[in-house]
Amino acid sequence: MRDVAIIGFAQTPHVRRQPHLNEVEMLMPVLEEVRAAAKVTKDDIGFTVSGSTDYLAGVGFSFVMTLDGVGPWPPIQESHVEMDGAFALYEAWVKLQLGDVDCALIYGYGKSSPGPIHEVMSRQLDPYNVAPLWPDQISLAAMQARVGLEGKAFTEEQMAEVASRSRRNALDNPNAQLRWDRSVEEILAEEPIVDPLRRSDCPPISDGAAAVIIAAGDVARDHCERPAWIRGIDHRIDPMALGLRDLGESPSARLAGEKAGVGAGGFDIAELHAPFTHQELILRAALGLGDEVAVNPSGGALAANPVMATGLVRFGEAAQRIIDGTAGRAVAHCTSGPCLQQNLVAVLEGEN
Amino acid sequence: MTEILLPARLQDVEAVRSVRTPASIQYSYTPGQASSRYLKGIAQRKIIGARVEPGAKVYVPPRGADPQLGKPTTEQVEVGDRGTLVSFCVVNVSFHGGTQEIPYTTGNILLDGSDQPIMHLIQECPVDQVRIGMRLEAVWVDDADLGPTMESIRWFRPLDEPDLDVHIPGEDRPLWLDSEEFNQ
Amino acid sequence: MGHERVAIVGLGQTKHAPTRGDVSMAGLVREAASRALADAQMTWQDIDAVVVGKAPDFFEGVMMPELFLADALGAVGKPLFRVHTAGSVGGSTAIVASQLVAAGIHERVLTVAFEKQSESNAMWALSMPIPFQPPLHAGAGGYFAPHIRSYMRRSKAPDHIGILVALKDRLNALKNPYAHLHNHETTFDSIKDSIMLWDPIRFDETCPSSDGAFAIVFGSEKVGDEAAAQGRAPAWIHGTSMRSEPTMSADRDTVLPLGGALCAKDVYRQAGITDPRRQVDCAEIYVPFSWFEPMWMENLLFAEPGDGWRMTEDGATALDGDLPVNMSGGVLSTNPIGASGMIRFGEAAMQVRGQAGEHQVDGARLAVGHAYGGGSQFFAMWVVGSEKP
Repeated sequence: MRDVAIIGFAQTPHVRRQPHLNEVEMLMPVLEEVRAAAKVTKDDIGFTVSGSTDYLAGVGFSFVMTLDGVGPWPPIQESHVEMDGAFALYEAWVKLQLGDVDCALIYGYGKSSPGPIHEVMSRQLDPYNVAPLWPDQISLAAMQARVGLEGKAFTEEQMAEVASRSRRNALDNPNAQLRWDRSVEEILAEEPIVDPLRRSDCPPISDGAAAVIIAAGDVARDHCERPAWIRGIDHRIDPMALGLRDLGESPSARLAGEKAGVGAGGFDIAELHAPFTHQELILRAALGLGDEVAVNPSGGALAANPVMATGLVRFGEAAQRIIDGTAGRAVAHCTSGPCLQQNLVAVLEGEN
Repeated sequence: MTEILLPARLQDVEAVRSVRTPASIQYSYTPGQASSRYLKGIAQRKIIGARVEPGAKVYVPPRGADPQLGKPTTEQVEVGDRGTLVSFCVVNVSFHGGTQEIPYTTGNILLDGSDQPIMHLIQECPVDQVRIGMRLEAVWVDDADLGPTMESIRWFRPLDEPDLDVHIPGEDRPLWLDSEEFNQ
Repeated sequence: MGHERVAIVGLGQTKHAPTRGDVSMAGLVREAASRALADAQMTWQDIDAVVVGKAPDFFEGVMMPELFLADALGAVGKPLFRVHTAGSVGGSTAIVASQLVAAGIHERVLTVAFEKQSESNAMWALSMPIPFQPPLHAGAGGYFAPHIRSYMRRSKAPDHIGILVALKDRLNALKNPYAHLHNHETTFDSIKDSIMLWDPIRFDETCPSSDGAFAIVFGSEKVGDEAAAQGRAPAWIHGTSMRSEPTMSADRDTVLPLGGALCAKDVYRQAGITDPRRQVDCAEIYVPFSWFEPMWMENLLFAEPGDGWRMTEDGATALDGDLPVNMSGGVLSTNPIGASGMIRFGEAAMQVRGQAGEHQVDGARLAVGHAYGGGSQFFAMWVVGSEKP
């Protein structure tokens, strides 16, 4: 495979509601910032690809207007996935493997504030048998947490520890939305909102955007002192129906991790896309990450959850720590679908 | 295709051909800065376009970005409520919520001072007299009904002015013939 | 790194219809995919990855429906990917899927594009008002009709050209058992006398709204060679290209867009085509309104600017012409929106594999597939051939 690295990352501050800017206005500063971070101009970018979803925006073809922010003139090579921006990064990585293009811009964005997010996300479920019941994400996640707790895969204390650490880590992240310092005991004292989940186990509702620039070989080296090389990347999916899988584990995450080369270990950090606390625990087990790996130093999805960009932010946060020299080797992860149905895993590494 | 065997007691039951699942979701949209300024202008009978900087293209209605430059259109420019018809279509079919009498005309209208045509209704003109190049003016609703909505302009109607010679980009010569990307 | 050769070893489509009430969404995609797998003499287990394409999710009322279709698509434990690039999506999905093989990542990739427009109200989904934008007042036809009028003005084309295109495509569809429209009574006069919906577009010059799916199995060079050795000649990809431009920008030509011409130039360069009119044997291009045939003939560099309509008038684009276009009946006869681009790409491959049945072009060796979307701003093309590139 051709050597490809992340050489720049930018994101908005993530907020509960961005009432002043539409999607393209929210995105444009991020695009400008990421080009500056990667020291590239519009003309250096050979391929552009984005991830977003019409259901969040409440508008068909919503990505079309956002494309204006790129300034696609003269016409550009461009694509869009109805997936998290991290999957757009996967498409860009494939494109760079072909060798015709050396540098790609990836962005993902989502405003969860226009619609009722839990009702919107329920439209993702089996339209014949499940969606008519309008089950919300928190209830589905709670069922998953229950399976894990009763199966002794993890404990409520461990979940509270994830909640506490994530928001404490977020104190150092100026773009995070939920930042606080509370002890495990304080969290365990909360009443569950959807038993066994407490409010602290759940992600915030966020508006936000992120962008990443990747480049191949010497182009990456020319633009970045310490590129975050993508050593392996793979994604896999489980069936959606909750009755068809053991919710206490994530076979697709495990398989994607194996294919991406997570087994070699040696990680300093992992940025895992786990909107609910127990999902981090399931993912750690699936990816074989021990206590020596610092998980979600950014605060993760529990600190900011701009749907359709949350996964791309994980890739950017992991890469940024390699670029700035604070990490040598990292796992970046993105999930999609209810209860960790689909998982994308990458191994990122700096050159010594 | 695999043959599916139903238990005997279900074999005479009529198959379910479809399920109705009404789904209604309410969204509250954010117009954004550019559209906000534009809509505020409309409420005052003003059409306010936007551009990146002096000399850049003027976009109406502004959507926030100059799509050629990929930069925010932060500068406001008031354009005219008169313009020239660039192209049009005569509609003979009724659309959802459409209250116009059939046939009616919709046009791409290049407002004076703008670089991007807008689409709107053309009325007060027999459909067979609508032509490319004709001059048009906005017909606003009464002051009492003005609001920050496109419906504050009821339609456009002909002006008693000579037609203008309008040309859209590429009309005289395809853009690719002079494009650097095409010729390299 | 670099481009590995990519073979098209399996092609399958559904019967397209206004309502496929006999199948669920899962049944629809499986109908196309099962046929493509059977054509490739493969089973679901042989597939390494699945790539799904479709247009806006509001068409079916399901957000990211590939997720609930994962098991129906045989994708469990595999990579499943979803592309959405507006109307060009069927084409761009095929390209994204083929690149997984071209880049050497997978050996056998299944791609499926579908739309089940009857599940919701397609006209509603297409003309949902964009907040704070002036309303279109008249759906997609109302958007494109002024472009067509501009084309007629600049090319001075006579107004019966659109009728000729519609007549040709509807008659071609009679030779395609999978086509949605099989209107045996269609004549020049019946089209001419059909209601003028969006002047200058008549009802019979517009596409229908269909339920349907198309699937393609891609294989590596090794997989393609094995198929050939067993007497199942693959189609080989000679070039793929995509281009995008803004919907509304001041210097853009919405009639013959720059992006379309750049896309064509790029794909011909990859395929070694210097004279497309002579070298290409046939083309399946995205013509949702009849007048787009002459427009695209110019934009895809088959005709000199202003002369595209002459190809239609001279019969060059007819099934027995020198450059047959939309032999399958085209989008004018079958339009499950998200699948329409892949149908174009797939029908082009069927031609060079000699499997197009009654609408086969004799001796087709090099064919073009084309799709476009949005406000004539997203373009996807490929060139496929019977020989290896």
